[in-house]
Amino acid sequence: MGEATYKPDNKFPREIIERGGTTLLRCFQCGTCTGSCPSGRQTAFRIRKLIRWAQLGIADKVLASEDLWMCTTCYTCQERCPRGVEVTDIVMVMRNMAVEAGHMQAQHIRIGASLAKTAHLLPLKEPMMKARKGLGLSEVPPTVLSNKKNLDIVLNIMKEAGFVKLVQKGGK
Amino acid sequence: MSKYAFFLGCVMPMRYPGIESSTRMIMKALGIELVDVDEFSCCPAPGITRSLHSDTWLSVAAHNLVAAQEAKLDIVVVCNGCYGSLDEAAHMLNHDEAKRAEVNKILKRAGSKEYKGKTKVHHFAELLHKEVGTDAITKKVKHTLENLKIAIHYGCHFLKPSAVRNLDNPETPHILEDLVEATGAKSVDYRQKQMCCGAGGGVRANTPDVALKMTEEKLNYLDEVEIDLILDVCPFCHLQYDRGQKDLGRDKQYPVLHLSQLYGMAFGMDRKLLGFELHDTPVDI
Repeated sequence: MGEATYKPDNKFPREIIERGGTTLLRCFQCGTCTGSCPSGRQTAFRIRKLIRWAQLGIADKVLASEDLWMCTTCYTCQERCPRGVEVTDIVMVMRNMAVEAGHMQAQHIRIGASLAKTAHLLPLKEPMMKARKGLGLSEVPPTVLSNKKNLDIVLNIMKEAGFVKLVQKGGK
Repeated sequence: MSKYAFFLGCVMPMRYPGIESSTRMIMKALGIELVDVDEFSCCPAPGITRSLHSDTWLSVAAHNLVAAQEAKLDIVVVCNGCYGSLDEAAHMLNHDEAKRAEVNKILKRAGSKEYKGKTKVHHFAELLHKEVGTDAITKKVKHTLENLKIAIHYGCHFLKPSAVRNLDNPETPHILEDLVEATGAKSVDYRQKQMCCGAGGGVRANTPDVALKMTEEKLNYLDEVEIDLILDVCPFCHLQYDRGQKDLGRDKQYPVLHLSQLYGMAFGMDRKLLGFELHDTPVDI
């Protein structure tokens, strides 16, 4: 009964297709994807269902879904799909849309903010600098971490592409 | 001697620098020169960056491709995540002029250079297999590893999506088996060998317990066979197994080695420089 109250949003599948999920409508719900999904074995995540909701335009359910974030992007479903649906790529498109709709995971905001500051995913800590030296490596990795001018260019790219604003907004 | 721009990424230099020192030593021994490029940043991490904002992901990846282009070199990575980002970005941009023009606008505004669409990205295991070859590798072996039984973990983004990578069959590959057996060691088959470690796609960051359940499942399959160590070609899978076994508090723990570290052992390099002390799961082999 509850399911019938969802109002399909026809623009939703169209937008997924326009943003790169061109194979979305090929899915005929065989379930090979869910049967192959390592995350689905441990959680309630059913990728087949998300793809069906996407086809039907049940946008709100897809975008607010916690399950959308359970995919490890291992590509097993995409490799095995008998219809050539680029399932993992579609997950990535739907995640982008979820973020735009304000659904961002707290830990992703935190890591995104750190990336926007250092252009690296992880911080470089003092003990690790020592360990690097002990292994005959430079204390600071020879990436943008050792060149401020080059670091600024990467930080600018993240600003220009809209990432910095996104992470700040997500943090509110 | 062939020459490549060495892409470090984040997990290797900042968590497992022993993989970095091992890679530098073994590649030199095998006649491949690695050049540092201080314009390289995070690839950026596909699981989080591409999931959150694909324009940012593609632009930062493009900038890394530009850095290699300016150094007149192709890129070599030792991480499946970096490979996923950079190889896919190169695949998109090298074949799509309109997309490249779009990204180039962002690069220009940020003070980077134009990406011309020519940079190629290689995983080091691919280079070892195709360019160096197993015969040349076997010749470098000083300490045969023939007593070791090894569980290979491919990780996901080394071979997949196969339509982009085009390296090997992702269900029944043989690249890493060949590379492991070149040292004399034995590669042991096990259930769900091609399964993910659980860490990717931002899952480890967002829901570490879910990631760990996947790791535990794989470790349970490993318990069904007899092995001495887990071998990976990705510092992020490496981290998931190395820390994961500690976090799970398992009785039975397997040392976790990156292929570079295994080669470091086989080539007789100074064990202290392979960085095993930085592992959470003891490397007692």
